[in-house]
Amino acid sequence: MSETAKKTSAKVLVFSTEKISDPAIDLAGLLKLHYPPTVYVITVPCSSSVKPKWIMHAFEKGYDGVFIAADGSDCPFSETCTEKTSDIIAQTHILMKEKGMNPAKLKMAAICSVCAEPFVKHMNNFVEELSRN
Amino acid sequence: MKQKIGVYICHCGANIADHIDVEKVKASVETYPGVFLARTTMFACSDSAQKEIEEDIRSNQLDAIVVASCSPKLHLQTFRNVAMRGGLNQYNYVQVNIREQGSWAHSDKPADATTKAIQLVKAGIARVAESKELEMLRINAANKVAVIGAGVAGLRAAVELADMGTEVFLIEKEHFIGGRVSQWGKLFTSDQTGEMIVKNLYKDVIKHPKVKLYTGTQVAAKSGSVGNYNLELKITPRFITEACIPNAFDKAIEVCPVEVDDEFNFGMNKRKAIYKNYASEFPHLPAIDIENCTKCGKCVEVCSNIDLDQEVRTETINVGSILISTGFDPYEPAEGEYGYKTIDNVITLQQFLRLIELSGSKLTYKGKEIKTVGYIYCVGSMQIKGDKKYCSRYCCTSAIHTANEVYDKYKVKSYHLNRGIRTYGKQELLYTQSSLNGDVYVEFDPKKEPVIIKNGKGAVINVIDLLTAKEELEIPVDLVVLVTGMVPRKGNTIGDILKVPIGRDKFFNEIHPKLRPVETVIDGVQIAGASQSPKNISESLKSSLAAASKAASLVSKGEIELEPTLAKIHKNICEWCGKCAAICPFGAITKTTIEGREVAQVNVANCKGCGMCLPVCPVDAIDLIGYTNREIESMIDALID
Repeated sequence: MSETAKKTSAKVLVFSTEKISDPAIDLAGLLKLHYPPTVYVITVPCSSSVKPKWIMHAFEKGYDGVFIAADGSDCPFSETCTEKTSDIIAQTHILMKEKGMNPAKLKMAAICSVCAEPFVKHMNNFVEELSRN
Repeated sequence: MKQKIGVYICHCGANIADHIDVEKVKASVETYPGVFLARTTMFACSDSAQKEIEEDIRSNQLDAIVVASCSPKLHLQTFRNVAMRGGLNQYNYVQVNIREQGSWAHSDKPADATTKAIQLVKAGIARVAESKELEMLRINAANKVAVIGAGVAGLRAAVELADMGTEVFLIEKEHFIGGRVSQWGKLFTSDQTGEMIVKNLYKDVIKHPKVKLYTGTQVAAKSGSVGNYNLELKITPRFITEACIPNAFDKAIEVCPVEVDDEFNFGMNKRKAIYKNYASEFPHLPAIDIENCTKCGKCVEVCSNIDLDQEVRTETINVGSILISTGFDPYEPAEGEYGYKTIDNVITLQQFLRLIELSGSKLTYKGKEIKTVGYIYCVGSMQIKGDKKYCSRYCCTSAIHTANEVYDKYKVKSYHLNRGIRTYGKQELLYTQSSLNGDVYVEFDPKKEPVIIKNGKGAVINVIDLLTAKEELEIPVDLVVLVTGMVPRKGNTIGDILKVPIGRDKFFNEIHPKLRPVETVIDGVQIAGASQSPKNISESLKSSLAAASKAASLVSKGEIELEPTLAKIHKNICEWCGKCAAICPFGAITKTTIEGREVAQVNVANCKGCGMCLPVCPVDAIDLIGYTNREIESMIDALID
């Protein structure tokens, strides 16, 4: 099968933060660590700024999964960033369930500025998991 | 909506074009709504390409531009400046990353990388189409810099910053300053010793009213952001309040029952729990190594200025910027590597240097006089496998300089088993002198390394000489010196605390080796000296001056320009529930009344642009400038188009 014919690979939208997780994703590229090319990144200032309606919009448009690369304890804005981002996830999970969607299609993990390898691992696992289902 | 958008797709030489079909990207986006023109360019960041983009903006009256190239961390400002020079507002520019997140990440799948690049560029076009003209914000910045590490790079940076009027907190983990350079004897090219260089820098630091020196101090935690970092310092006391009278200090050392390996001398001798590494060390006050001290109290009996009850304390400092200069560790060979620790007379170059410093009129090791030395080069450098593929830059020069020193002092015969000598620039004079001394140079193949065999009180080195008929040579020597390279500092917690990225070699990584060589992706954090990569002293000092200039340019104006990313309340939708005000960590949202309706309002001075208020609004009445619903949703649409 040719590379372009692999259309079964799940599409994932990543909300990443400019200061913390973006450098890790760039570092993954710099280190030539490969992850599926169906992973697309939109940068935001803080993971706690992602609106549930954006996530739902992504699902409506056909993304198979949404991943929030959260700042965790490294967030320059708030010590409770993880908690706040988790609330967004929980709120969106409710909206997803109402639409009959599997909540496993939305994930978050803390990705620090040097977390290139963890990011790649998350993406490989997430895309594989979504592609299987 | 912008209607005359210019799109530029960069080859980045081969970096992008080798894995992404840039012409196909151009063909796919040039008919996208709003696109007026699309071009490919070999190097978008080159002067000529910048001028072409400027000219395009002017002559075609473009209302927005997109450049698809590398990470915005590298060239966002470059192209913003291009936009401004062409007559566009800088916020009508969007940079799309098709290198780090495109060609490099997916070099294994070029066709898919091209497809992804097309989607990314379309998303950039969608975003820039919604962009507005904006102005930068200005925030107050503390004109203070924390310099972490008081080796020569940190000392020099501290003096330079202070001379520029910046308040400096110079923070050293050890109880004594000077770092690695204080361990070296006579240096090339000036014949000064490391001790003399450190002494001169210390004199400048200690007399400067704007430098506050902390020794025995580590950064334990960080909060805040550029312009306003808070660092929590953990300060370990020296356990000595004032200097003992000289004899009392000597007596205290004498009565101390603890003996440990002397790290300063790379384990070539022992030291006591109360110590100074050398007599004229700075600061002059000795210190007690409390981890090994048994608190027996014998030293207190002979010196009343010793106080074993001193406690670790914490202090918080506020700074606008941070400069890391934590230096390097010499590579420690593995047990058995070229006979290290398995054959008695195999030591590292660093140990040999201390042996020379500690020796008198005769050079002896373990009771045997040293008359011949075999140096094995590139131990822990330029390795075929692993992280240490780099050249450590200083080792060839250091080894040959050492060979010349021991020839002059002790008439020692030297054999240099190398992989190509790199005594570049003025250092080449050392190589010439060494050759005149009669030193023998043998080049070996890294795949056929020399083998060390114990031979009585000495050793024999078996090596295949690459340059003369590939004959196997047997070289009997009294001492084998492993010329080891540089590796990053062990247990360097500051990198974890500040989250400074590291490169493939595990040293701290700059944003760009040529364009932004001392800045990191963490705003306001600079790197200098060998914490960044192997450097000799001269190179370390040059990078420390660059980092000091960069730090000062950031904080010395008292304010820093920041992105105009602010929360914006749609007052016609807002029904004031107070949730946005409750979640804002900066107290930037308050209640106001407009035409009899209670609504939220944003205090621009307090808003940091985090956007935490966005998702909690039940009626979606808040947008973040630069990240509006329209911008984000149009990008989501374009990425899956």
